[in-house]
Amino acid sequence: MHGRPRNAASKPGEEATSAAKAFRLRSLQPQFMSNHHQKIYTQEAVQISEELLKINPEAYTAWNYRKLAVEDKLSRSDDSDPSLVNLILSEELRVVDEVILKNLKSYGAWYHRKWVLSKGHPSLQKELQLVNEYQKIDSRNFHAWNYRRFVVEQTKTSELDELQYTTDMIYDSFSNYSAWHNRSLLLSSLVAKKADGFMPKETIRREIDFVYNALFTDEYDQSAWFYYLWLLDQTVKMETPLRISSWPSDGSIIILSGPECFNGSSSKFTTFCSESGSFPLILYFDQAVSGVSSSTVTVDSELKGHEDLVWEPVSDKNSPVSSCVWVARLEFDSTEPCFRTENKVKVCLGKSRGIVSSRGCNLSTPYEFVFTVLIHDTVGVSQEGIVSWTGDGFDNWDAQSKDLNSLIALDHLNADTGVEWRKKAIKMEIECFRRLPDSKFGKLILARLLMTEANVISDDAVYKEILQLYNDLMALDSTHDQYYKDELSVALLHKVTSSTESLSRYLFRYRNMNNIVCLRLSNLTLSRIAAVDKLLFVQMLDLSHNELHSADGLEAMQLLCCLNLSHNRIRSFSALDSLRHLKQLRVLDVTHNHIGGKHPVDTTRYLCSSPLSNSGGIGREVPSKYWDAYLVLGDLMKLKQLDLRGNDLIAGEEFSSLVRQVVPKLVWLNGHKLAS
Amino acid sequence: MSTEETERGPRRTNPESPPNYNFSSRSKLMSSTSSSQLVADKHVRYILMAEKKKESLESVVMDHLRMNGAYWGLTTLDLLDKLGTVPEDEVLSWVMTCQHESGGFAGNTGHDPHILYTLSAVQILALFDKISILDVGKVSSYVAGLQNEDGSFSGDIWGEIDTRFSYIAICCLSILKCLDKINVEKAVAYIVSCKNLDGGFGCTPGAESHAGQIFCCVGALAITGSLHHVDKDLLGWWLCERQVKTGGLNGRPEKLPDVCYSWWVLSSLIMIDRVHWIDKAKLVKFILDCQDLDNGGISDRPDDAVDIFHTYFGVAGLSLLEYPGVKTIDPAYALPVDVINRILFTR
Ligand SMILES: [Zn+2]
Repeated sequence: MHGRPRNAASKPGEEATSAAKAFRLRSLQPQFMSNHHQKIYTQEAVQISEELLKINPEAYTAWNYRKLAVEDKLSRSDDSDPSLVNLILSEELRVVDEVILKNLKSYGAWYHRKWVLSKGHPSLQKELQLVNEYQKIDSRNFHAWNYRRFVVEQTKTSELDELQYTTDMIYDSFSNYSAWHNRSLLLSSLVAKKADGFMPKETIRREIDFVYNALFTDEYDQSAWFYYLWLLDQTVKMETPLRISSWPSDGSIIILSGPECFNGSSSKFTTFCSESGSFPLILYFDQAVSGVSSSTVTVDSELKGHEDLVWEPVSDKNSPVSSCVWVARLEFDSTEPCFRTENKVKVCLGKSRGIVSSRGCNLSTPYEFVFTVLIHDTVGVSQEGIVSWTGDGFDNWDAQSKDLNSLIALDHLNADTGVEWRKKAIKMEIECFRRLPDSKFGKLILARLLMTEANVISDDAVYKEILQLYNDLMALDSTHDQYYKDELSVALLHKVTSSTESLSRYLFRYRNMNNIVCLRLSNLTLSRIAAVDKLLFVQMLDLSHNELHSADGLEAMQLLCCLNLSHNRIRSFSALDSLRHLKQLRVLDVTHNHIGGKHPVDTTRYLCSSPLSNSGGIGREVPSKYWDAYLVLGDLMKLKQLDLRGNDLIAGEEFSSLVRQVVPKLVWLNGHKLAS
Repeated sequence: MSTEETERGPRRTNPESPPNYNFSSRSKLMSSTSSSQLVADKHVRYILMAEKKKESLESVVMDHLRMNGAYWGLTTLDLLDKLGTVPEDEVLSWVMTCQHESGGFAGNTGHDPHILYTLSAVQILALFDKISILDVGKVSSYVAGLQNEDGSFSGDIWGEIDTRFSYIAICCLSILKCLDKINVEKAVAYIVSCKNLDGGFGCTPGAESHAGQIFCCVGALAITGSLHHVDKDLLGWWLCERQVKTGGLNGRPEKLPDVCYSWWVLSSLIMIDRVHWIDKAKLVKFILDCQDLDNGGISDRPDDAVDIFHTYFGVAGLSLLEYPGVKTIDPAYALPVDVINRILFTR
């Protein structure tokens, strides 16, 4: 099916040969089938299957038949005579060998070989020589490589010998990705075993030197670049502790107030209003972790009910074990006369082991933070006003105010935590790639290297260099320009959050809602969201006039109550799946996107919990029309204000009534107050 | 579900490296009849005719996987809104002749049952909205019975293990709404154990990443709500680097582009929401350039011989690229979206 010319100006003999083959096959097939169905395993019958397989190695039923024939022969032969058994199995291996040589890609033949060996053939050593021969014919054949690994494991061949084999293969052709792949497996295993001469740092250094040969020989060859990236990844991750951020952050003061907080005092401090007499305690890890519980996280406070905190992962129900974001709810009593008393809360992680990342990293050193809680009583009446993103309802952030809660976390997170050895290694690579002539991979890797240390990007010159690299890449490799564009968004957000000074430029206060802090990241051509670990404090977020096609990443911002996604490129409600985790969300603006338009392919169909992925709405009646709106909006329990205007096909009355049905608490829809 | 591909041979220079390859491929495109249109009617005729041409070596060699062929052909027809031209009863009664006592289906009448053909049979019945004629309990027991202790799946009683079979089992059982018959947690854990350092997946632990295998693993994780196990940026970048300068996609680094990867790479990229990282217009052009404009059908590369397998993957690829006039296909279940929605949602 591959690589045959269409208008085969076929050589005269060829057509005749293939017609003869077809004729022969057509006569062999019924004979074979009849033998198979009648369980005839005579020499003559078995011979027919051999001939058939030589013409058509994929005829799986014939391989099955041969297995039955072997079992039949073995059952008749005398167990006590091993040479007889060997004879039967060797004969079978001969057939496989001949077939594989005709078609190295036959799944059936390769498996048959394994099966025969499992019957007790003693000559496994010969297999390694044989697979060497096959790999000379086709050095990328993945069946052969899989088989090689199988034989090596069975015969306990030395990993050092195998490593040398990959070296030879690579010198033979730098573009042998299969050999590089196998090399990475062998090295991982040797390093894990702490084999002599394979300590992590020296191994990585040696391999980087080795791969340089290939990189600078053919700068377009992907194989060596992927291998280099793997080495780099190992370098970056080595000895890197889990990075943690939290809300409330260390040293911060938060003010809690009861349900009617939308008016009342105009404190300059971060205020969190709660309807349930509790507030969330949020932990963010830079890798998904499991094991966050009341035994691995201890909380000391004068607030009541902190003894048995229930930690819940912010993730879909099918993945309860591991998540980047974990939330527990701390209770407080707003009726008690504790008004204006300070409550210190101390949180400590990792005193007892158990928090483990999906990559196997442990939380090695305990992590501690302390914050202060002030509780306000509540006065006044509830306000149901509409939140407006336009107009002059916003004040500039007062950098002089004492409310550093929002920014305290930043300096903490941007602190230099790099390990000396690693920093040196990365710096060396940066220097090396800066000298490299213009190649696509060279530029990409340099850009990635520059972004590995979180604090480096605060340097304007470095940031400019990164921008320049990605702009060059877009010109050099226009096929993947959207990839580079996404990377630029990531760089921009890292830059914005890299220092107190740069972030404060994007902070405002929204007057009509108790002066809460609003982060306005509009008009930045953002195409993806990043750096959320530094934005856990944000309650009001304006991402309008960007190029986002999904809200992925926002699930970490557990305090969000007002979100503006208008004028972006969102095409479906499934792209808003992450908002289902935002339990505080009251105001959502998705006007002027492309929801419901003629975009048949939904790229977030499987990133949205639903019956399609056996992960949401199971057992409920989910209508196929608007299924994603039904599921996503249905989970926004507190939503009061929703604006969908300016989207393609969801303006109709049918849709509005669906919204009213699934979001019962809604007060404002598309700018109009709903009749209660 | 074959994951074949073609070597680019012993050449050591990269096919993408300028200036040679670019130049030659461009001049080739210029010289060949430039199409830029899907000749849907011709493909429909090609598929309907292929069923009747039983003389050629090609069709005899494919005799044992007629069930796959039927699925490829019928799904293509449905995507082109021509399923109605097929004698439904005839197809369904042939499908049912392939079922064995065990509940599994064979690739054709008289052959042995295998999980590969069991999924195709179930998909064909789904296309015709005739799952009801199945003994669902029996089919699902056959599939569930192939799960091993470590969570992996065998293809049949002979025990070959491959993540292709994990996908097939999970897809098949989800369509039959019988996923509870297997240990999903273990099935997912086995697939995750096949994840590689480049973010991709192989057929067994340690096996090299390959786009066909990646589709199977990502698809299985999608259907079980487990895509959080995928490093989407890492894998997405590896997958988008499968697009070569001619616009086509290959299945592994340093290989030639091939129409069938339009399906495997694209569907995987869509499931992890990274499809915008490739140039869709270029890929559309590559697929259209692989059409046989005279006799219908699509081939692996421009000017190669067409076959039903690549015709299906070409049309399915165009569907994922939102080509006008082609129905939308679901990237995980490999069935038209309306078919799978009909099964998994209420009306
Ligand atoms: Zn192909």
